[in-house]
Amino acid sequence: MSDEPLLVLDGVTCGYAGETVVVDATIEVGPATFTGVVGPSGSGKTTLLRAMLGTVPVRAGQVWRRPNLRMSYVPQTETVSWNFPVTVAETVLMARTRGRRLPWPSAAERTEAAELLDRLGIAELAARSIRELSGGQQQRVFLARALLARPQLILLDEPTAGVDVGTRHEVLHLLGGLHAEGLAIVLTTHDLNGMAAHLPRIVCLRGAVIADGSPRDVLTPEVLERTYGAPLEVLEHGGMLVVVDRYSRGGPLAARPRSHPRRQGARVPLRGGPGAESPGTA
Amino acid sequence: MNLLEPFSFAFFRNGLVVATLAGALCGLVGVFVTLRGMSYIGHGLSHAIFGGAAASAVLSFNFYLGAGLWGLASALAIGRITRRRIIGADAAIGVVTTASFALGLALLNRFGQARRSLDAALFGSILGVSGTDVAIVAGVTLLGVVVVVAGYRPLLFTTFDPEVAEASGVRTARVDAVLMALLAVTILATMKVLGVVLIAATLVIPPVVARMLTNRFARMLWVAAAVGAACGFVGMHASYHLDISSGAAIVLVGAVVFGTVFGLTGRGGRSRAAGPARTAPGRELAGRGP
Repeated sequence: MSDEPLLVLDGVTCGYAGETVVVDATIEVGPATFTGVVGPSGSGKTTLLRAMLGTVPVRAGQVWRRPNLRMSYVPQTETVSWNFPVTVAETVLMARTRGRRLPWPSAAERTEAAELLDRLGIAELAARSIRELSGGQQQRVFLARALLARPQLILLDEPTAGVDVGTRHEVLHLLGGLHAEGLAIVLTTHDLNGMAAHLPRIVCLRGAVIADGSPRDVLTPEVLERTYGAPLEVLEHGGMLVVVDRYSRGGPLAARPRSHPRRQGARVPLRGGPGAESPGTA
Repeated sequence: MNLLEPFSFAFFRNGLVVATLAGALCGLVGVFVTLRGMSYIGHGLSHAIFGGAAASAVLSFNFYLGAGLWGLASALAIGRITRRRIIGADAAIGVVTTASFALGLALLNRFGQARRSLDAALFGSILGVSGTDVAIVAGVTLLGVVVVVAGYRPLLFTTFDPEVAEASGVRTARVDAVLMALLAVTILATMKVLGVVLIAATLVIPPVVARMLTNRFARMLWVAAAVGAACGFVGMHASYHLDISSGAAIVLVGAVVFGTVFGLTGRGGRSRAAGPARTAPGRELAGRGP
């Protein structure tokens, strides 16, 4: 396998009408790498993925892609209507929109989609309407659609947003398996402890790239405070890094009664709240 | 009541063919309109085309050419505004189409002839349907079928998930433009029989009925077309025998079908039909926020 990068963002500045979202981002994605992009809401994570895909205008810098690079994208599941009248198999086969003109799939396409669904453990759902799926199943369907395009690089936007711990483990395990088979993966996540800390490489983003490296290099209080704008601490537990919030004096708990078990200055693992503005739970 | 009596009139035979084809065409195109959450665009576009039709009448210009160009320009403008979100899409559509409608009304008030022609334009009439109109509606129906069959995959992908479709190399802007153009041509071709005010209902009711009956996209397409055709056929008979405008009769038949299916399919069917929902916001998400 060539060591040539699959994709390089070189000093990329991009955004939308009148609004710059990502500034001077330089990131290289190599073959069979597994990268997590973390940062608070509005930090430009999705825009960064779109810059890689080429669906957002680049104002400065350049995006280089390996010639004939096959890339797939898995959006957040909430971006589509799951009440849409299609089955799981039809959704997966959307990956084959280009090429064949006829509305119905060929036998080869059907076989390939069935094999993929089987590999992802949802073969029995093929004929089922997508409106009947759970959150984890929806994620697998999107993943199957992305994989049907036989990508070398797959980009996932918040693949574990809104799913329970068990589903998060499933998704992480699934992605780990695909990575082990040689697929390059870039994903965005809010979940520092449940997701990002398990990845070999993390990019911290807040409009610009704050840090880029292994979890041990990147998950430091200084980098995290610059990324999230809040004081965070990093603990080590059983060889794993755990990011915890550190409430400052005068912070939200200061007004609580003295008898409250979480006193000022106590270290409290973060919870992924509704806004998910802060890093995820331990 | 002699059900065969109206067939002795050429205008009725023409009107029946046009209404049946128009119902099928609107049902087919309406599937995309409803699933994309664009029902308001269909409603607005018919009003916009009315402005072009009125201007063509006043200037003695060819109806289909004048109203068509006007409608096409409106459709493309609406599509562009919807994609770029310069202002809120609903507000932009409201401004463009109601202004066009108001212009049409003003032109007809100032320079138009009998009030009857205005009523016919607004609510539909079978009296003015000629052999040429039949040929035009048949041609547009054939065009609609060809577009939907040939473009089935990109249309489906772009309707369901425009962001990933674009990222996968589908030319979503072109697909959107083709769909908007087809919508404009559909409205233009069926306006005489269905009327400006009521045409939107024929774009919405058959697809919603079909959605209550099926969970499959391909099946929804032909069921919507069949329901639309049946409503057109029955509605034209009702129009003749009850002496009411053809557009009103067709929409009322559609409403009865909707109510019947709504009652028969139970909660499952109703919840299916509840949902173009997030398709439109999904479209808005494409290429937007961070």
